[in-house]
Amino acid sequence: MKVIKHSFDGVIVGAGGAGLRAAIEAAPHMKLAVITKLYPTRSHTGAAQGGMSAALANVEEDNWNWHAFDTVKGSDYLADQPAVDILCKEAIDAVIELEHWGLPFSRLDNGKIAQRRFGGHTVKEGTSPAFRACYAADRTGHMILQTLYQKCVSMGVTFFDEFQVLDIKIEDGICQGVVAYELATGDIHIFETRAVTFATGGFGKIFKVSSNAHSLTGDGPGILYQKGIPLEDMEFYQFHPTGIYRLGILLSEAARGEGGILRNKDGERFMERYAPSIKDLAPRDMVSRAIATEISAGNGAGPDSDYVYLDLTHLGAETIKKKLPDITDFVRTYVKIEPIEEPIPVQPTAHYAMGGIPTDVNSRVLSDEKGTVLPGVYAAGEAACVSVHGANRLGTNSLLDIVVFGKRAGQSMVDYVTQTKPNQLSDNASNDLTKKITNLIEKEHTNEFSVAKIRKDLQDSMEENAKIFRTKETLEKQTEILEELRERYENVTIYDKGKVHNSELVEAIELDYLLDMSEATVSSALARNESRGAHSRQDYPDRDDTNFMKHSFAFKNENSANLKYRDVELGKYEPMERKY
Amino acid sequence: MDVSIKILRYDPESDRKGHWENYIVDAEPEERILDLLHKIKWFEDGSLSFRKSCAHGVCGSDAMVINGENMLACQVLVKEVGNSLKIEPIRGLPVVKDLIVDMEPFFDSYKKVMPYLINEKEPGDRERLQSPEDRDRFEDTTKCILCAACTTSCPVFWTAESYVGPAAIVNAHRFVFDSRDEGSKQRLEILKDVNGAFRCRTAFNCTSACPRGIQVTKAIEDIKRETLLNN
Ligand SMILES: Cc1cc2nc3c(=O)[nH]c(=O)nc-3n(C[C@H](O)[C@H](O)[C@H](O)COP(=O)(O)OP(=O)(O)OC[C@H]3O[C@@H](n4cnc5c(N)ncnc54)[C@H](O)[C@@H]3O)c2cc1C
Ligand code: SF4
Ligand code: FES
Repeated sequence: MKVIKHSFDGVIVGAGGAGLRAAIEAAPHMKLAVITKLYPTRSHTGAAQGGMSAALANVEEDNWNWHAFDTVKGSDYLADQPAVDILCKEAIDAVIELEHWGLPFSRLDNGKIAQRRFGGHTVKEGTSPAFRACYAADRTGHMILQTLYQKCVSMGVTFFDEFQVLDIKIEDGICQGVVAYELATGDIHIFETRAVTFATGGFGKIFKVSSNAHSLTGDGPGILYQKGIPLEDMEFYQFHPTGIYRLGILLSEAARGEGGILRNKDGERFMERYAPSIKDLAPRDMVSRAIATEISAGNGAGPDSDYVYLDLTHLGAETIKKKLPDITDFVRTYVKIEPIEEPIPVQPTAHYAMGGIPTDVNSRVLSDEKGTVLPGVYAAGEAACVSVHGANRLGTNSLLDIVVFGKRAGQSMVDYVTQTKPNQLSDNASNDLTKKITNLIEKEHTNEFSVAKIRKDLQDSMEENAKIFRTKETLEKQTEILEELRERYENVTIYDKGKVHNSELVEAIELDYLLDMSEATVSSALARNESRGAHSRQDYPDRDDTNFMKHSFAFKNENSANLKYRDVELGKYEPMERKY
Repeated sequence: MDVSIKILRYDPESDRKGHWENYIVDAEPEERILDLLHKIKWFEDGSLSFRKSCAHGVCGSDAMVINGENMLACQVLVKEVGNSLKIEPIRGLPVVKDLIVDMEPFFDSYKKVMPYLINEKEPGDRERLQSPEDRDRFEDTTKCILCAACTTSCPVFWTAESYVGPAAIVNAHRFVFDSRDEGSKQRLEILKDVNGAFRCRTAFNCTSACPRGIQVTKAIEDIKRETLLNN
């Protein structure tokens, strides 16, 4: 195997919103490389639809403190309040900055950035839904990704496109570099560098029905987890209420922000029963549970009574065309119905990882629950857990998170690089990865141990046992299944033995990360004997602030995880019952 | 139902000439062509290579020629194309393996047209204002996902690789008609070149190929007109 060595001051792994924003911050101050397994514009940030919140007050009175209140309440009080303050306060400049870089936001008649309603966002701490989400039709993420990439092109940022990072080198507790696999050639590249940011996105592919791209396999968290770095709050995974039935393709909350209504098989607007004040715009965890509850009560529609309807028919063709063009096109393309005339079959879809690589508010990675900083390693975006989303993220806060904490990751890299000297990494840094790859290439292929079969069984079982509602029983069952899958994975084989674009080889390695993510999720979920935000234990239906106002830290331990905890950082807002 | 799929395979390591391979896949009418390719790759022949990510037509990874036309494999359902399929890589870019082509020349052309906002004026600490009407002027071309379906369907591009191609012009259009941008002069100068917009012979292939429904040919015409006005 050919091994090529590069030397940089800093490396960013991932070119979605978080990685690109970090790059813009860091590139002027160091020799920087952005490594990405997809062409930057293929990153899943481009799939984000509805909007990005900031208290610009362009439509009505607003201020960032209300945004912070909503975020903390939405998080079911698990978010760290000082971090939430940073998120909501810096949101305003972050949006303005994107506009200055050319982001084509939708506009109000007076020329200002348009803002729309979104779930869980209110004015005056819960009085009524707020117009806070800045948007570009229903392709806000696409515009953010394009704008940030365009900015990087204008700055001449160095990219390694279709290079996949598969290992990090940490010596004496200090970052020394990363090792990557070049998809087009099968060559190995050692990147000697003292500062690395992981911005690899989420891991929604642990579930069967998901809004996430095929590429979202938790590589960044997986690489660090395997080196003994813990993962924070992994039991909190968000299920978005409105995925297209069976396919999981997302229909943004903006649909309800613009007035769309959820109905059960009888046409009843059931959210009136679950969240009398803000109804269909309640936070996602509540709406997803409401849908699941309706379905198990026999109120689901269709031959298997397993979906509900998202009704947009009263919005009118003009609003739909102007404000929700893409998502209604998805419905036409994939369901072949006309959403202006017919309600759309939807079901909850696995969507967003609140948990991930633990960081402080400067995006520095923490190596334990005590808050010890791992020098030279940073994380931002969906791969990271700051935590600003706590037990349940509010819609529009992730696009915000990626730019606010992406920028901070870039700044932290600059600080670190200016204070330290270039390091040296030996040529055998690639040995572990080379061995892993050689092993997969040399092992004879058998159908029984194919990547796809193990992955399918993983996704099906996670869907069955660890989705919206969980119990000790389902989680213990899933623990056993994961043990079996891990055993099968030890023998995984691939058919393709080539060097050029061997995506089967890459999928085999990604499956290891998917198993890691699932193990951490299930172990953390089993240990949290309460229901909070997206983590809903039917055997412990109430929130337990006495025992669980804390973040979990899962450390890898063979097939499960060892758990430690850290107290939530409180602030102005005292935990109270979450009613809407 | 059974769907028969013929795929043009190529492997630089073992099959430099390339060959057609036949597969029979059991599929539902509602499945995407991408799902079928996955069935082949995951359960039959792991060496089949193609790009993919989002699986719902927004990332631009999987443009390919399906029964003679450029499409995104994730955006077409079996029931729309029938049970006999012929799949090839997009044309005009070097094939690397199977359905994967070298995208570098495509992105190089994109970068040539300065695809970023140019405005030296200090914008202040609030957003620049833009009326909804001004915003609408370039709405269509903001939708581009750089999938290359348009460029690789263009007969001019097939014969002259140096032509920047429809996608690059679309991305120039996105800025030329943005009221906040001040870089049009430079961009139009680039597009006036022999390899620029005037190479277009209005074949309209690009417009029918675009999976985002962008009026690509119209955008090219807009740019031609603007270039003449600029002179
Ligand atoms: C359909 C959908 C709609 C959404 N809508 C909204 C919304 O309206 N508002 C909102 O706030 N949030 C929304 N979200 C959530 C939000 O879009 C994501 O959480 C966010 O964009 C993640 O950005 P990121 O930069 O962390 O990761 P991504 O954009 O996923 O980027 C990950 C990057 O990492 C790279 N990468 C991964 N692994 C490796 C590796 N091993 N080596 C090298 N590179 C690697 C990839 O190539 C990619 O460039 C939505 C999410 C989805 C799925
Ligand atoms: S204009 Fe359309 S076809 Fe061309 S690259 Fe953009 S999205 Fe693809
Ligand atoms: S896989 Fe993203 S466009 Fe088809």
